[in-house]
Amino acid sequence: MDFLDRFAVPNPSIAIYASMVAIGLTVVAIFAGLTYFKKWGYLWREWLTTVDHKRIGIMYLISALIMLFRGGVDAIMMRAQLAVPDNKLMDAQHYNEVFSTHGVIMLLFMAMPFIFAFMNYLVPLQIGARDVAFPRLNALSFWLFFFGAMLLNISFVVGGSPDAGWTSYFPLAGNELSPSVGTNYYMFAIQISGLGSLMTGINMITTIIKMRAPSMTLMKMPMFTWSSLVTNLIIVTVFPVLTVALAMGSMDRLFGTHFFTTTNGGMDMLWANLFWVWGHPEVYILILPAFGLYSEIISTFAGRNLYGYKSMVASMVIISALSCLVWAHHFFTMGQGPTANSFFSITTMAISVPTGVKMFNWLFTLWKGKIRFTVPMLYSIGFIPLFVIGGMTGVMLAMSAADYQYHNTMFLVAHFHNVIIPGVVFAMLAGLTYYWPKMFGFMLNERIGKWAFWLLSIGFCLAFFPMYITGLDGQARRMYTYSEATGYGALNMVSFVGAGIMAISFAIIVYNVYYSVRYSPRNISADPWDARSLEWATHTPVPEYNFAITPNVASSQAFWDTKKKGHELFSGELEKIHMPNNSGVPFIMGAIFFVWGFSFIFSLWIPAIISTIAILVCLVLRSFEVDHGRYISVKEIEETEIKLRGVN
Amino acid sequence: MSELFPRKQIMGFVFSLSLTAVALAVYFLHLSFAIGMFVLVVTAFAQALLQLVVFMHAGETKDKWIIYGKVYFMITVALVTILGTLLIFLWDM
Repeated sequence: MDFLDRFAVPNPSIAIYASMVAIGLTVVAIFAGLTYFKKWGYLWREWLTTVDHKRIGIMYLISALIMLFRGGVDAIMMRAQLAVPDNKLMDAQHYNEVFSTHGVIMLLFMAMPFIFAFMNYLVPLQIGARDVAFPRLNALSFWLFFFGAMLLNISFVVGGSPDAGWTSYFPLAGNELSPSVGTNYYMFAIQISGLGSLMTGINMITTIIKMRAPSMTLMKMPMFTWSSLVTNLIIVTVFPVLTVALAMGSMDRLFGTHFFTTTNGGMDMLWANLFWVWGHPEVYILILPAFGLYSEIISTFAGRNLYGYKSMVASMVIISALSCLVWAHHFFTMGQGPTANSFFSITTMAISVPTGVKMFNWLFTLWKGKIRFTVPMLYSIGFIPLFVIGGMTGVMLAMSAADYQYHNTMFLVAHFHNVIIPGVVFAMLAGLTYYWPKMFGFMLNERIGKWAFWLLSIGFCLAFFPMYITGLDGQARRMYTYSEATGYGALNMVSFVGAGIMAISFAIIVYNVYYSVRYSPRNISADPWDARSLEWATHTPVPEYNFAITPNVASSQAFWDTKKKGHELFSGELEKIHMPNNSGVPFIMGAIFFVWGFSFIFSLWIPAIISTIAILVCLVLRSFEVDHGRYISVKEIEETEIKLRGVN
Repeated sequence: MSELFPRKQIMGFVFSLSLTAVALAVYFLHLSFAIGMFVLVVTAFAQALLQLVVFMHAGETKDKWIIYGKVYFMITVALVTILGTLLIFLWDM
């Protein structure tokens, strides 16, 4: 029994037992369904072994949406707990676990896969490539992310969730103060998915640099591709820091090293330092692709080319450089002197300048445009004022002297949700609606989508603006309860109502998907939005080779040129197309990594050794494998093209 | 002859080995911490650049500007991170 005790949840409640039952039933239902409908082969051949960037993109998308709901449930639980003073809905430990997993899931397992979904789907289409540079590595990236996410998600039913915050600061995250395996889950789940992110970074940079259509120079790339290039450069720069910090943290917890301990020469503050060396650029990793999506959407629905293309590119490059210079603003109060704090204050404020340039560029793009208020455009227009409010409170927080007042209060919580929700979440929902017809061949219902947008925006304002006020009044973040005498009750209730409205809005989005699957017309063109960039120039559904003929590009709006200026995008003869073969190894490696992480989390050394060897075997086999890919013949391409073009 | 005797690679290999030997010597020579650290940092950066140029063939294709550009960017960021950390924890704590 001693052996099995470690898998028990340290603080069980009825909700957790109910979740166990629900997870069990869902797994049984999925297996039964797959068997009943004989879909195992289909699943394996078409999805689990795929190396097609479009399918991997869609798998990222689905995972991100599922994680959005998981993280959203956590959020609702927190708001419910704080809705009234002295609430007994959750105890302190449960609350700690909920806010820790909320942060980890929303940032690393919701926002990251969401941006990877769009990068995977769009970048090769926008640059006229057939796939990414390393298709199989791409599949491995996805499966590492997926199994990392699954590893964190089983934590609340097996062994207990991380409870030291999403930042997991030492010494709190050390063995002494966090004896449960929760923080081990944090270390290994993020480590595994972080390796996947790093590989995606390398893959995407190579793709964008080497695989563009020959006529597409760097300054003719669509803005989303530019944002992806800059983002992936940041990923490759800072993710190794996270990898090393997590490895050191894991060794502290499992093998008794003293990197982040308070004794024997360890330095707990070094964790905060390394974490934010990665963590601050990480928020730009999330926001820059969102900016890219907004640029595409605003330009399409304003009916104008993007104002200030070069300044957009320059501001992103400047943001990427500055983002690596500001990390200490996350711990102004840790004890360093005014010189260090002033330096990081100034660099932080400097970032608002290139961001402001981007804001003005979007506004000038809208200026005198014929604006169409579609759902993606509503999200983009809503983003501008809301994000500016978040940005301004960010500049307030950047003042290190004033930060002593704001630090660790709900003001900070309001600030970062104010930039992340209108910045990233709105962009993802806008991108989802905008690219839905390209991905799935029908449009989402506009009327229902507008309901969702308005409810989300109103719910967002109600949920987070009160936190600015309670934060300035001194309500600390991560406190599971507060007394009635503090007077925070009413505003926290408003927050809870806002969170409820946001939840309704997400339910409406789900309903919209269901409604559109059933009723949306399927006879749409390949360009339903009258868009401008290259990804709209291919058929819907996109054939596996993307473009039968490599496009010939003259500007960043190649498709618009074709429609309005008579530019000839495709010329020349069809040739056979070289495509990569599917492979099951990435999926298997992901599964082995899952076992590997699980074994380390619970200190099960024999499975840990076996799975380490298995991972190495996979790597060695790959090195000796000869796989030249396959060719699609001209005849096959012609057949596909005729079928997709309809009558011709 | 030059096909049979890749001068650049063999010189690189010898140089790489000697850099390793110098780094290893730090352990045996009982140098002071500061000098030892200095030797290690210098040999580490030299070793990394050597590997990159000689054995990973950076600079042999026409897109070498992007490869070197990224390398310089990474070195800059690494130095900024180290100096910033020193500023926070040593020079201004």
